[in-house]
Amino acid sequence: MTPTPTLASLAPALPEIWLTVAACIVLLTDAFAGRSARRITPTLTLLLLALGAAAILVWGQVDQRVDLFSGMYTADPLATVLKLLSFLFTAVALLYSRHWLEARGLLKGEYYVLVLTALLGICVMVSAGSLLTLYIGVELLALSLYALVAFDRDSGIAAESAMKYFVLGAIASGCLLYGMSLVYGMTGSLLLGEIAVAVQGQGVAPSLGLMMGLVFVVVGVAFKFGAVPFHMWVPDVYHGAPSPTTLFIASAPKIASFALAYRLLAEGLAGVEPAWGQMITIVAVLSALIGNLIAIAQTNLKRMLAYSAIGNVGFILLGFVAGTERGYEAALFYTIAYVIMALGSFGVIVLAGRRGFEADELDHYKGLHSRDPLLAVLMMVMMFSTAGIPPFVGFWAKLQIFEALWASGHAPLVVFGAAVSVIGVFYYLRVVKLMYFDAPGDLPVPERHTGVRFTLAINAAAVVALGLFPQALLELCQRVLP
Amino acid sequence: MADFGLLSVLIWLPIVGGLLVLALGDARIALARWVALGTAVAAFALSVSLWTGFDAGTAAFQSVERLQWIPAFNATYHLGVDGISLPLVLLTTFTTVPVLIAAWTVIEKRQAQFFAAFLILEGLMVGVFTALDALLFYFFWEAMLIPMFLIIGIWGGPRRVYATIKFFLYTFLGSVFMLVALIYMYLKAGSYDIADFHALPLTYTEQFWIFLAFFAAFAVKIPMFPVHTWLPDAHVEAPTGGSVVLAAVMLKMGGYGFLRLSLPITPDAARELDLLMIVLSLIAVVYIGFIALVQTDMKKLIAYSSIAHMGFVTLGCFLVFGGGGGLGIDGAMVQMISHGLVSGAMFLCVGVLYDRLHSREISSYGGVINRMPVFGAFFVLFAMANAGLPGTSGFVGEFLVILAAFKASFWYALIAGTTLVLGAAYTLWLVKRVVFGPVANEGVAALEDLNGREFFVLGLLAAAVLLLGVWPAPLLEVMQESVRHLVEQATASKLP
Repeated sequence: MTPTPTLASLAPALPEIWLTVAACIVLLTDAFAGRSARRITPTLTLLLLALGAAAILVWGQVDQRVDLFSGMYTADPLATVLKLLSFLFTAVALLYSRHWLEARGLLKGEYYVLVLTALLGICVMVSAGSLLTLYIGVELLALSLYALVAFDRDSGIAAESAMKYFVLGAIASGCLLYGMSLVYGMTGSLLLGEIAVAVQGQGVAPSLGLMMGLVFVVVGVAFKFGAVPFHMWVPDVYHGAPSPTTLFIASAPKIASFALAYRLLAEGLAGVEPAWGQMITIVAVLSALIGNLIAIAQTNLKRMLAYSAIGNVGFILLGFVAGTERGYEAALFYTIAYVIMALGSFGVIVLAGRRGFEADELDHYKGLHSRDPLLAVLMMVMMFSTAGIPPFVGFWAKLQIFEALWASGHAPLVVFGAAVSVIGVFYYLRVVKLMYFDAPGDLPVPERHTGVRFTLAINAAAVVALGLFPQALLELCQRVLP
Repeated sequence: MADFGLLSVLIWLPIVGGLLVLALGDARIALARWVALGTAVAAFALSVSLWTGFDAGTAAFQSVERLQWIPAFNATYHLGVDGISLPLVLLTTFTTVPVLIAAWTVIEKRQAQFFAAFLILEGLMVGVFTALDALLFYFFWEAMLIPMFLIIGIWGGPRRVYATIKFFLYTFLGSVFMLVALIYMYLKAGSYDIADFHALPLTYTEQFWIFLAFFAAFAVKIPMFPVHTWLPDAHVEAPTGGSVVLAAVMLKMGGYGFLRLSLPITPDAARELDLLMIVLSLIAVVYIGFIALVQTDMKKLIAYSSIAHMGFVTLGCFLVFGGGGGLGIDGAMVQMISHGLVSGAMFLCVGVLYDRLHSREISSYGGVINRMPVFGAFFVLFAMANAGLPGTSGFVGEFLVILAAFKASFWYALIAGTTLVLGAAYTLWLVKRVVFGPVANEGVAALEDLNGREFFVLGLLAAAVLLLGVWPAPLLEVMQESVRHLVEQATASKLP
């Protein structure tokens, strides 16, 4: 048994501890600040996130893998980077959301507390060393998200989508937990490290019980990612949720999904990679194909981007299909790149509306260029980038996936991926077409909040900069994955 | 010359200039225009200095720049020109100048963006022609689609949205297969350098598939029959400047790709498949020639004539195995440059008419020469060049290719030779219907002749066409060594 933890030995768990404290501080401040809470809470949350990130950088970094709490909790460079990125993406998402929430009377402390607990769930998932920790993280994130989706309580569509999300999510959590219990039963351990040892060498034909466990685990992972055929919640939730919530769901939780898949499949169940690889292949191919095809038929931008997310998740999972170090690096790069792009495009959606006018239908973007040139150009950058066209970061993401796939002997999937990305281009181009080629009609001009727009511009600049010079991010991905 | 990164300047100067123009915006459009023109002229002047500093006695790449770019992929920022890319770089920088002048006051909306788009496009196109790293090549190759997509979509004609999306998807579909081939070769060679790809030993099966992947990209771009259908739409709907750049430079990228990548990397596959390429080229020359004959839209007619002319380029490229040798490639190169100038000029002429009467239909015109004698003279000159009349640049390229075809087979030459008849037929008939005859209607009667700006633009191109027609020697000299080297590469088998 490990000795009783001292304060210093807890340093690697600093992010989670900090977030727990921060959530309490925000909750209490909001409760006691009265009328001025509206001004204080958002700023305080951002401040706490910034301080937390700084603290992680100073005290919370680890050079190598550290196991805490009898191996239930793992801190490694990957975890640190993913947590810092999640902090960053969450902060950006909150920054974009503030005016939206304020204008609609939804700027309440609970929103910020829920986002913080969701972030806590993400961090727990990222650092999970055992199945149980992983599951706690999944539930913490999921429950916070259900509440966030339903946050606009007067909105029927939001309530409906929250309900769908909750019911389907509960089933998926059940699947995941059931799969975990089977894996536990067959391997005799909850710790991912011990499971990895137990399943080593079982290859493509593990025992029936383990195979069953794998199936349920993969179902759970696919659901959390929103991959076909477990994607039904994605369009409804993206569409029905308040735009800032959609923005948040599309950002940091994707990092969590990557962590879930990586910790569970690539680390814990690496020994049976051929077995789950087959399942993930089907899920990935279907997601990339169906996501991109159905996106074409959408008339609502949030729904379209939801299907685009499904398609992109297909590409991320293709990285897992490769099953090699390069594949995981590619998947990580893709995830980070995708989240940056999703923040930008949903950020535009949040900013393009005003009270009484939710800019979520595709037609609402007609002639956006003449109404608000900045938002239009930012959206264009995001669309071209998500379509995978240079000089934007999305191109490198796709390139890496193709390369990893080919190097691991999946040539047909490379051709498939290339063909699917052409399908995808069509609907991204359509958004550009609406913004630039069509007349604006009498659609309203978006409100201008300088600071937020500046952040959004930096977001787009990051997409361009990483597109021109991807080396830094590539190196980061290579460094943190063993 | 290599020291201060001339090629980088040629790529990034127009792009930075374009961003500057964008920043100036429509509010300061007068200044923005001059900044745009100044940038384009400066880029052209620099490319001329590239030419004067060029050593035609070697096939090696010159003005080489090589910087670390993405070590993770072993991709470098590697630029350089040889005798094949230099003329195309010059063509690119030259073409942009008349395009900008021609658009001086004609564009009605978002003018600054229009000029900026062309400048950025120019930089990216120079990038395509000078990149010696396959990843960098692909980077520019794809990025270029974005400004062109916007140019057609924003400033184009009534069916612009359809045309521009078709253009984008068509070329993108072709290119992704090239990307797949590049990734494959990268995994074999361990770097993205084109020179490494040239030296990479490949089995026949590998070459076969790589050749087809390249074919998908380049045949769409150039375009070859039967994947040419995007071009008439794009040309017709694009604004004048867009048509000019599309015809003058973008199509050449397909030909350049065949010369730079297909032939040296997959020589054995190219040798096996050359009959297919030759047959497709001949179909383009004859069949598309007939299609051009029946067009009622001037731009469409010129677009189809472009496809037929590009058939000559691919024919010349792939005659290299049948005995045509370097002659065919020489012809293809001259044809590319000449077609760049001539088709650009033809589109500008149509633009001049369109600006006045807002119609591209041949039937809306007739007897234009009665009201616009100077314009008529120019139009006839360019039409003659398009038909390949001796003394114009159009003749040199076609003549060389037909000569090479004779060496390969009498029948190739015979079929290719029909273009002299067909080309003359559709072009002269166009001239007859538009320029000559009695004044057709009131619109034509009210036409005014060229203004000074238009005269300057067309005069510039006319001078280039005539110069190249009577004195093609400088062009042929520049590329001689590189073409010889390319023929060596293409005819040496890579098979063990």
